[in-house]
Amino acid sequence: MTSVPTGSAAAHRPGVSGWSGRAVVTVLVAVFVLFFAVPIVWLLLATTKSARDLSVGHPFAAGSAGELSTNWSQLFGFQDGAVTTWMTNSAVYAVGALVVTLVVSIPAGYALALTRFRLRRLLLVLTLIVMLIPNTALVLPIFLELNAVGLIGSPLSVILPMSFFPFGVYLTYIYFSTSIPRDLLAAARIDGCREIQVFTRIALPLAAPIVALVAFFGFVQNWNNFFLPFVMLPSSDGYPVQVGLTSLLASTPAFNPSSAGGQSVQLPTLALATVVSVLPVLIVFLVSQRFLVAGMTAGGTKE
Amino acid sequence: MTVVDRTARAAAVATGRAAGRPPAARDNLMSYGLISGYAVLTLAFGLLPALYAVYLAFTDATGGFAGLANFSKVVGDFRFWPAVSHVALYLVIWLVALVALVTVLAIVVHAIRVRWLSRTLRLVFYLPGALAGASSVLLWLFVLDPTASPVGGLLRLLGFESFVQVIVPGNLPVIFAIIAFWTGAGGWIVIMYGALNNISAEVIEAARVDGANAVQIAWRIQLPMLRKWISYMAIMSLAAGTQLFVEPQLLSQASNAVVPNDYSLNQLAYQYAFQQNDFNAAAAISLLLLVVALALSAVFVTRGGLFERE
Repeated sequence: MTSVPTGSAAAHRPGVSGWSGRAVVTVLVAVFVLFFAVPIVWLLLATTKSARDLSVGHPFAAGSAGELSTNWSQLFGFQDGAVTTWMTNSAVYAVGALVVTLVVSIPAGYALALTRFRLRRLLLVLTLIVMLIPNTALVLPIFLELNAVGLIGSPLSVILPMSFFPFGVYLTYIYFSTSIPRDLLAAARIDGCREIQVFTRIALPLAAPIVALVAFFGFVQNWNNFFLPFVMLPSSDGYPVQVGLTSLLASTPAFNPSSAGGQSVQLPTLALATVVSVLPVLIVFLVSQRFLVAGMTAGGTKE
Repeated sequence: MTVVDRTARAAAVATGRAAGRPPAARDNLMSYGLISGYAVLTLAFGLLPALYAVYLAFTDATGGFAGLANFSKVVGDFRFWPAVSHVALYLVIWLVALVALVTVLAIVVHAIRVRWLSRTLRLVFYLPGALAGASSVLLWLFVLDPTASPVGGLLRLLGFESFVQVIVPGNLPVIFAIIAFWTGAGGWIVIMYGALNNISAEVIEAARVDGANAVQIAWRIQLPMLRKWISYMAIMSLAAGTQLFVEPQLLSQASNAVVPNDYSLNQLAYQYAFQQNDFNAAAAISLLLLVVALALSAVFVTRGGLFERE
């Protein structure tokens, strides 16, 4: 992995000069800030309003904490607490798959980077290829495969495929091949470390940054995965929250008029569901924003 | 491996410790241990499903060899070519917008000298990426519904009075492109920003001394140096875009099937598998999509450069 110098280059950057140039740039940036930020700001505000306020009130007026709590209890009362079940499922799937990913990928990345064995080259090429194809491309084939062995509907049908994370192995591979001085490993061998100890005592303690990076990408991807659980899990009890949102959507009369009835969901409640469904990822994003926004070149290499 | 070979390796293991250097066979054994978990996963969820899809695509429901019958069935399906054209149109709009806007925004943000401002902008652009999948589609359902939308005035100005008017089929490729851009562009802007930081300061300085202005520097130096990243972005996005599923699926549900549930190719494959119980035809479509994705990724692996470390 390469780190990017962020500070030193600042003085040499091509600045935009001239009155008209600045104006164009300012307008452009402002338009896109609005484009990216307005939906999120609006969504957060919508969770604090009643259904009536949402349709007749000013879009950017804040509601009240009372309405937020009403929406909250409507959301978590939906189908006797289905949302709680979905959130728990999401956590189990995302964390479960992540644990397997880490246990499997970190040693694999080390082995690919610093040891030699048969089929190493083949595994490396496979990793690159699978990493570059979209993860939805294999979902139906994996469904057909797991269907043949009768695993459909089990949590494993989601956790195991998600834990196969070639991008994580690739990141680990790059990290171990570039950031660990080989002299250090050689020194450990001379001091009498066995090969496995070189990995467990020297390489592993140095791998903290890459574990964090793989954990970040793995968790976010697992949590947001829709197609895989949508295909694998037929029953609502097993849905992760991303798939559960479709049930909520189907019960929202504003979008699906045929759903009006006892269990109907109001728009602000649906807005709250959207926020709740991404809250863990949003928190992870904000916590890791230092390294993300600095220049996320981890996927590639320096020129 | 021959018996002699194996014996030699065993001997190497036995004498290995005394030699001080990592003996090949011992190294090998440990490597297999470290790699085994990942190798099993690669086999189970990379290779085997792909091979199984190939098998299903070329056989019929009874397991007999079917030749190209499944392919001709899905390609001849009246829903197939509309789905291809939907996805193609969406891809054209999305890719053009992505390449043009991400490049411009990255260069502009990179040119901003006030560090906190540049940093904040990157965060604002990047944050929607947290709302991937169903959550972002749901958010955009609100935005596109004139009765609830924060930009309801804008929608009415464009002549849309109701949600159903907004999601007429002609608008869908643009809508999906907007949703995809909103969620995905920020990540690419951050990546391009990192790539711009890698351009040596001397080059830029030299151009400035020679009298180049900001636009010329962007056009003549930054853009050519970003080309590799731009094509990487385009290829990755093209591959991902062919997989279009969650957006039309949710919109179909939200619109009471005004948007058909076989709008995209992946949805069609899903229909075959789950409505018609025709796994062979579903496998045929999946295989077609997989071949496209594989071809695109092969372009990158074979042309190399970006991923070679040895």
